[in-house]
Amino acid sequence: MKRIALLGMPNTGKSTLFNRLSGASARVGNWPGVTVDLFTAKIIVGGDMVELVDLPGIYDLHGYADDEKLVRHFLEAQQLDLLAVLVNAAQLDRQLVLPLQLKQLGFPIVLLVNMIDEAKKLGIAIDAPSLAAGMGARVVKVSAKYGDGHKDMMLALAQALTAPEANVEKAPQRLAEDDVVERQAADLMRSSVHVPARLPAQFSDQLDRVLMNQWLGLPLFFLAMYGVFSGVFTLGAPLQGWLGDAFGLVKMGVLEPLLSGAPPLVYGLLVEGIFDGVATVASFVPLIVLFFFFMAIVEDSGYLSRAAYLMDALMARMGLDGRSFVMLLMGFGCNVPALMGTRVMRSRPLRLLSMLVIPFSLCSARLQVFLFIIAALFTARQAPLVLTSLYIMSFVIAFLTALLFKGKRQFRSEEPFVIELPPYRLPTLRQVWVRGWLEARHFLVRASKIIVAGVVLVWLLTHLPAGVAPAGPDSYAGLIGRFMQPILGPLGIDEKLTIALIFGFVAKEIVIGALVVIYGLEGDALTQHIGHSMSWIQGYSFMLFTLIYTPCLSTIATLRSESKSLRFTMFALAWPLFLAWLVSFAFYQVASRLVTL
Amino acid sequence: MSSSLASLLPGQDATIVAVQADEALHHRLTAMGFRAGKPVKLMRRGAFFGPLHVRVGSTDVIIRRTDAIHIKIAPAA
Repeated sequence: MKRIALLGMPNTGKSTLFNRLSGASARVGNWPGVTVDLFTAKIIVGGDMVELVDLPGIYDLHGYADDEKLVRHFLEAQQLDLLAVLVNAAQLDRQLVLPLQLKQLGFPIVLLVNMIDEAKKLGIAIDAPSLAAGMGARVVKVSAKYGDGHKDMMLALAQALTAPEANVEKAPQRLAEDDVVERQAADLMRSSVHVPARLPAQFSDQLDRVLMNQWLGLPLFFLAMYGVFSGVFTLGAPLQGWLGDAFGLVKMGVLEPLLSGAPPLVYGLLVEGIFDGVATVASFVPLIVLFFFFMAIVEDSGYLSRAAYLMDALMARMGLDGRSFVMLLMGFGCNVPALMGTRVMRSRPLRLLSMLVIPFSLCSARLQVFLFIIAALFTARQAPLVLTSLYIMSFVIAFLTALLFKGKRQFRSEEPFVIELPPYRLPTLRQVWVRGWLEARHFLVRASKIIVAGVVLVWLLTHLPAGVAPAGPDSYAGLIGRFMQPILGPLGIDEKLTIALIFGFVAKEIVIGALVVIYGLEGDALTQHIGHSMSWIQGYSFMLFTLIYTPCLSTIATLRSESKSLRFTMFALAWPLFLAWLVSFAFYQVASRLVTL
Repeated sequence: MSSSLASLLPGQDATIVAVQADEALHHRLTAMGFRAGKPVKLMRRGAFFGPLHVRVGSTDVIIRRTDAIHIKIAPAA
């Protein structure tokens, strides 16, 4: 099978084109350098099956960033029949160098001049035949977003595969001096591209005057994020309710009659363990899918680059940069995609430091626990203040951690902060859908494995040895709770809450369900019981611990797979545990004494 | 001593004279479009010594002041 590799600078719409060609496989993002793993797809070109490889966006063939090394290695080691080189039509002045370099190295190329729709609006005219003659390669003008030029592109790819141009030199040449290629690019610009002397005033510029304004920028940004979160919750809450009802019907109507004859231990494990556990977590799927749809809109619109600009000054003082802040914010929805988002960072120390602080973001699962505890222990007037204080703590802890560790060798980064600011773009529905769906599917695959395993383990702990009261003092969970008392007692966290915290280690979504099992109470009865049996100081200490300690298993798995370092993962696990203990201990001891004074 | 991109005022145009950075940063800046002879315009500066928003050729770039001092400029002709 023949193989085509797709190559181009970041932000040339490479992923969008790949998605269009392959159906739906790669991530799309209006954010420089999103693709890190190599996506491949089988597509039909000119009647033959061809393998298409999506290479990460690179600025330079001899750059030092990880993805640039990866592309160089790929080009050297892999058998390639054709390189489809993508360039941004509006930025040909600096992008023609890359295809010229590739051409010089002897690769057969087809040049795809993408975003032709944006170039037209800017009054940029491109003479494709003249460019083709100058390059010695086929040139097609396309719009990956809207599908313009799709047929011509497929034809050019097919022709290039079957009849390579005669003047392709088989033996790769040494890369000539940069200025030779640059002169060549400048000549091509003069002969084939017409750029108006004054670019027309763009909508982006006017929008930036407000959104990137020194004083208005940040407040507007926080307002926009608030809009996203309230949108997710307003739309998601009813969906979550319906899904919960549907699971209830399945349990009552199918599982219970079906398994009524099974031994109690088997029934308990299957229904109260696996099914209830998975259903609780699954009821959050609508929220997560919605969150990804909203984030896809924000991300593809180009606004996140603006947020990075607005926050960089503050983040720089903590050894992070504007992009780290954007990821912290994404962590408010779910830490897992936020951790994966750090892939855009080129320096490993910076990426690791960002990954260390992201799990302190108060994710939607923790939010659910807090809403429950706050409702039980605080008045309606106090509630918003208490919740806000937890959000502030989330930032304080993240920033404090960054400040503490930014000087350490493995986290000290001198990565320059130079990123492209793409124009605002309205993502198409198709882009948002593909992106949101892909992310949600990844989440489901990852979550389902870990959550089933975690739920089984937790159920066994609370129900064994056989015959004990569920989660009672003689169950394994009870024993662990008692064993942990010397450590968690001084924090105001008793045996029963300890068990809930262990549940929370698997996924914060399960904490409330755990309390249901542990106390044997449901709904309002549980709220009242907690309101009577727990002081507000205990409750707040419990919430602080929940906020800071080890994030869920999915987050740990992601930390491991993204950092590819067991040592870092262990550290990212141990530090929050220690910090959670310290903060809760300090709070509980000081607050209890102040109250009794 | 020539002035650098970091000394431009918002709205000011200039021409790049040289990019004086170590090899890795030089490559990155070149690829972003920072090359001798290219026109640049400072769009705005971030609050609290935040990064600069620069337009170089047809590309908009955000760059920290500490990185921008490596780009030497001359006033636009």
